[in-house]
Amino acid sequence: MNVFAYLGHAVLDGLATAGRGFMVFCGIVCHLGVSWKRRNEIIEQMHILVIGSMPLVITTAAFTGAIVAVQTGYQMKNYVPMIFLGTIVAKSVILEMGPVLAALVVGSRLSANYAAELGTMKVTEQLDAMEIMAIEPVQYLGLPRFVAGVLMMPVATLVADFIAIIAALIVSMITLDVTVQTFTAGMRFFWDIADPITGLAKTFFFGGIIAMSGIYHGFATQGGAEGVGKATMQAVVATCLSVLVADYILNTVFMQIIFGGPR
Amino acid sequence: MSDQAFPIPDLREADPSAFPGIVVEDVSKRFGDKVVLDHCHLSINKGETLVVIGRSGQGKSVLLKHIVRLLEPDAGRIWVEGRCVTDLGRGALMELRKTFGMLFQGAALFDSMTICENIGLILQEHTDWTAERIRARACECLELVGLVGTEDKLPSALSGGMKKRAGLARAIVMEPEYILYDEPTTGLDPITADAINDLIIKLQRELQVTSIVVTHDMPSAFKVGDRMAMLNDGRIVFQGSVDEVRKTDHPAVRQFIEGRAEGPLGVF
Repeated sequence: MNVFAYLGHAVLDGLATAGRGFMVFCGIVCHLGVSWKRRNEIIEQMHILVIGSMPLVITTAAFTGAIVAVQTGYQMKNYVPMIFLGTIVAKSVILEMGPVLAALVVGSRLSANYAAELGTMKVTEQLDAMEIMAIEPVQYLGLPRFVAGVLMMPVATLVADFIAIIAALIVSMITLDVTVQTFTAGMRFFWDIADPITGLAKTFFFGGIIAMSGIYHGFATQGGAEGVGKATMQAVVATCLSVLVADYILNTVFMQIIFGGPR
Repeated sequence: MSDQAFPIPDLREADPSAFPGIVVEDVSKRFGDKVVLDHCHLSINKGETLVVIGRSGQGKSVLLKHIVRLLEPDAGRIWVEGRCVTDLGRGALMELRKTFGMLFQGAALFDSMTICENIGLILQEHTDWTAERIRARACECLELVGLVGTEDKLPSALSGGMKKRAGLARAIVMEPEYILYDEPTTGLDPITADAINDLIIKLQRELQVTSIVVTHDMPSAFKVGDRMAMLNDGRIVFQGSVDEVRKTDHPAVRQFIEGRAEGPLGVF
């Protein structure tokens, strides 16, 4: 196969995948009106997302906050007053580290879970059984996962932000001799409401992306155990890449367009 | 059942939309380069049990899935009581599917739900019945298939035969007009397989359903079928009553029912 044929196939496959993913997304959006009917399933999925992911989120956030504090303190030492440590930690955690790292760890766990669960249902004909029963798998299985992802990702991010800042404060106090007053005063410096709004707004999109990635790859699973494994891996890879790309686009949209650039 | 009760309908010249049963009209399907169904034509009378026999990988399950449009044909049409399944909109297709029950090869029970929840799900979705009434109906169906006491068990706690029976209970809970059986006895010991055959016959008698049974288990096929059709290389190569199948000289059918490696059907 020559290079052009290979590239052509790759582009066509990519477009076909995007098209099929978009159709699943449209199917879910079309059924959003029946979310109330699916409230029990939505609550169950919210529970899986928030409670199930919390140890991972807390651990990741705590070490992220600690690393940010140590690294920033090391860079600032002897050059920049330590009062700015809180400023830098708060801005980096609230704007980037909290939302993106929470999305990456929760997303990897969740999209793998969705893809494996739905993929197994697909290869064992459970989705066909559901269709025969005149139940739309997209509505019964996809909708609750999507809604839970969109609604609960901001909650996971808020927890991550809080834990990361507390961890940064503790590490700053122990290793950099920064007092609580100095740290919190720094946090209040350059405080901009656009920061938490941007940080949190992004997470709704991240939640949707994570859920869609897992749901789509689960529904698209083919073959047996190997197919489930492949779908799970693809879901995790797609989630991580999509979150990073979306982060750049959303930051641009929120910070450059909606909030009018750096202030 | 006598031959006269369910004659072979020849609808090639007739209007399939006027036929009261199911018509598979020149359906073709390929997966990649492999042709699975090749202008397949088959009709099922209302109220009969048609058994589709054939070697593994000849497209029997694919044919079954086309009838309820779990798969879309590349060419041809499917008719159910005059409605063209292949042309139905999503809503109408879902309404039609409510008249079908299907027993899958691996039972396809939802493994995160109890047996009672598996059976009751369709009622929960499509009726306004209370939870108590749904449970009562699920238990009634479980009693019919001899699985009393398994209501609160997960599918993983059941044996293969019990799963098939639970799958059958789920298939009949809405009292369907049509039941599709995909390899109902495959992988079961002879006694359990015979119990499943008896169940199929019992359901046929009690519920008066139209059934299509896909199998390569000949004792089962002879026991439950009113009529048989043999699928080979994507085409229906033979149709007839159970007696006609027993007496036929058709070399492929004879080889298949006698289970011989030598004959017109290649082994590999």
